Amino acid sequence: MGFSGRRMLAELGVYARGNLRSKEGFFFTLVFPIILILLFGAIFSGGSSGPTTVYIQNLDNGPISSAFMGALNSTTAIKLVPVPTNQNFTQYLSSHSSTDGIVIPQGFSSTYIANQKVNVTAYGNPTSTSSAIVFGITSEIVNAFNLRGASGAHSVGVSMHTAVSSNYKYIDFLVPGLVGFSALTSPMFALVNISSTYRRDKVFKLLSLTPLTKTEWLTSKIIWYIGTTTISFILMSIVGIYAFGAHITFNLGIAMFLIVGPFFFVSLGMLVGTISNSPESAAVVGNLVTFPMMFLSGTFFPVAAMPMYLQGIAHVLPLFYMIDGLTNVMIYGNFGPAYFDVGLLLVISAVTFALAVRFFRWRED
Amino acid sequence: MPAIEVEGLKKNYGELQAVDGISFSVEKGEVFSLLGPNGAGKTTTIEILEGLRQKGGGTTTVLDMDPWSKGYDLHKRIGVIPQGFKFLDYPTPREAIVYYGVLFGKKVDPDELLRRVILEDAANIWFQHLSGGQKQKLGMALSLVNDPEVVFLDEPTTGLDPQARRAVWEVIRKLKTEGRTVMLTTHYLEEAEELADRVAIMDHGKIVAMGTTEEIESKYGSGQRMIVKSKGDLLKYLKENTKLEVEGEGGSVTIILRDKADAFVALGAIQESGVDWGDLTIRRDSLEDVFLKLVGEEGRSEKEGA
Repeated sequence: MGFSGRRMLAELGVYARGNLRSKEGFFFTLVFPIILILLFGAIFSGGSSGPTTVYIQNLDNGPISSAFMGALNSTTAIKLVPVPTNQNFTQYLSSHSSTDGIVIPQGFSSTYIANQKVNVTAYGNPTSTSSAIVFGITSEIVNAFNLRGASGAHSVGVSMHTAVSSNYKYIDFLVPGLVGFSALTSPMFALVNISSTYRRDKVFKLLSLTPLTKTEWLTSKIIWYIGTTTISFILMSIVGIYAFGAHITFNLGIAMFLIVGPFFFVSLGMLVGTISNSPESAAVVGNLVTFPMMFLSGTFFPVAAMPMYLQGIAHVLPLFYMIDGLTNVMIYGNFGPAYFDVGLLLVISAVTFALAVRFFRWRED
Repeated sequence: MPAIEVEGLKKNYGELQAVDGISFSVEKGEVFSLLGPNGAGKTTTIEILEGLRQKGGGTTTVLDMDPWSKGYDLHKRIGVIPQGFKFLDYPTPREAIVYYGVLFGKKVDPDELLRRVILEDAANIWFQHLSGGQKQKLGMALSLVNDPEVVFLDEPTTGLDPQARRAVWEVIRKLKTEGRTVMLTTHYLEEAEELADRVAIMDHGKIVAMGTTEEIESKYGSGQRMIVKSKGDLLKYLKENTKLEVEGEGGSVTIILRDKADAFVALGAIQESGVDWGDLTIRRDSLEDVFLKLVGEEGRSEKEGA
């Protein structure tokens, strides 16, 4: 009863064809990820509301600060509103219901010309997407100024008044979150559904009468969902980058999660479907497992922004480790914690896979 | 060595004794039918023999193997169509056959197999769009991919129209001519009569009769009877004027023919009665009569015993 690649691939072929021929399969594989990223990208990026208003106080009035403001003005993403120099800047922001602003310090031009270090100060609210735009653009302009500097030295810096340093936009966090969401929902819902309908229609009995093994059958599903999750990732990345200007670092670390995520959720879906007695209870148990993970694992907003007790819950949810790992490799290029995430997921995936194969029955009794 | 041997087979689901100590054997190349009403225990029996269910007691061997513990090996040598055959929605019959061929590691010619089950016309239609009869034929085709020695067919024609049923029968007859052993469950008596070499009638988990249809009819049937439709009181006339064994209901009189002479006596008496009579037929108990009698008797005896 060894593992046969040919049998597994034959099963994969039949399943893949079925998914591509069914309208639902086609929708969830190719259309749904795009809708998801467009929808949530639009909601969270606020990109459609036109340029972000940014208050700017120029305490310098020298030639370099004028050029700096000119450069900021040349971007279409922000609209600069000057703040009189005699005003307290933070009070001014508050009185105008805004959190986003830039202050150019006194002596900015002369310090820059003298090739000495000088900082502009950017204000923002870390939970606001518009702040991410302000920080991002300010950083870009500063970089450009540094490159143009006489000596090439990095004399201009940005001092950001937030807890989170970031030239990252909200969409950057959203892409790994939604890839994780996709890796969770497609296999979970499909496998819970399959486990009950195949049992009802006696398809499992039929398969048990062939040499196909349960391991081969489940492996074919894992491979299929690795494929669909990868397609979701590619589609979401393309839309994220081109529609919302997401910053994504493509690297092999991402592939680890595109493999281990479906490995876990296919196994979990099958296990949930198997231990339930009826299709109805399978759907209920499936939802009970899926929904908390969907909302508490950092899919739509960072777990760090949640209350502590919810963060505690998030840390026992496997999807958290997938999204955390993807965020680490896609955004920060931070591989150390990502290896921990993928290692943990591999262990629980292997255990879940073994349990699913052990408990799911082709035959009855 | 018989292809299938069953001795004292038992299976219960909680309080319900689904199969209650049945024994039979099926020779190689034989078509054997388990006949019985719904809930008689036919499907449980056949699923135990297919290795899909664990038996509760007794011994079962198929091709000299225990179906449950040696299921993986056995399945390479048997073909099965479960009751109410269903498959995945999207493969076409041709694709399904190729897929099964890979699973069994057998080189199959899908077109040849489709021809054998008379399904060439629907070779490229998705399973979900096939008619009931076409689905059943695909089930037959898939059960033949591994060139099985024994084929189990669990109610293969239930729910099919007469035309589709005849087509499935044709395929089953071919299986027999190819020398395969066929075990068939059905609740259609005509099907068992048409196809089976031997029949076992099951009721309430027990076999109540077994043999060829002729053997069952002669053993459990009530011999030949003359049935006459009449407008007058022919029943009363025959009872008063002859020694014939008669019974009747409405305008129909049944005369039990204990021997050939009874037929002449009956005809003479009918003529003498002056009663206006119409249709006259002579028939013996069919398998259906015996079936109803046996299943009814079994039901009654159980009630009496309860």
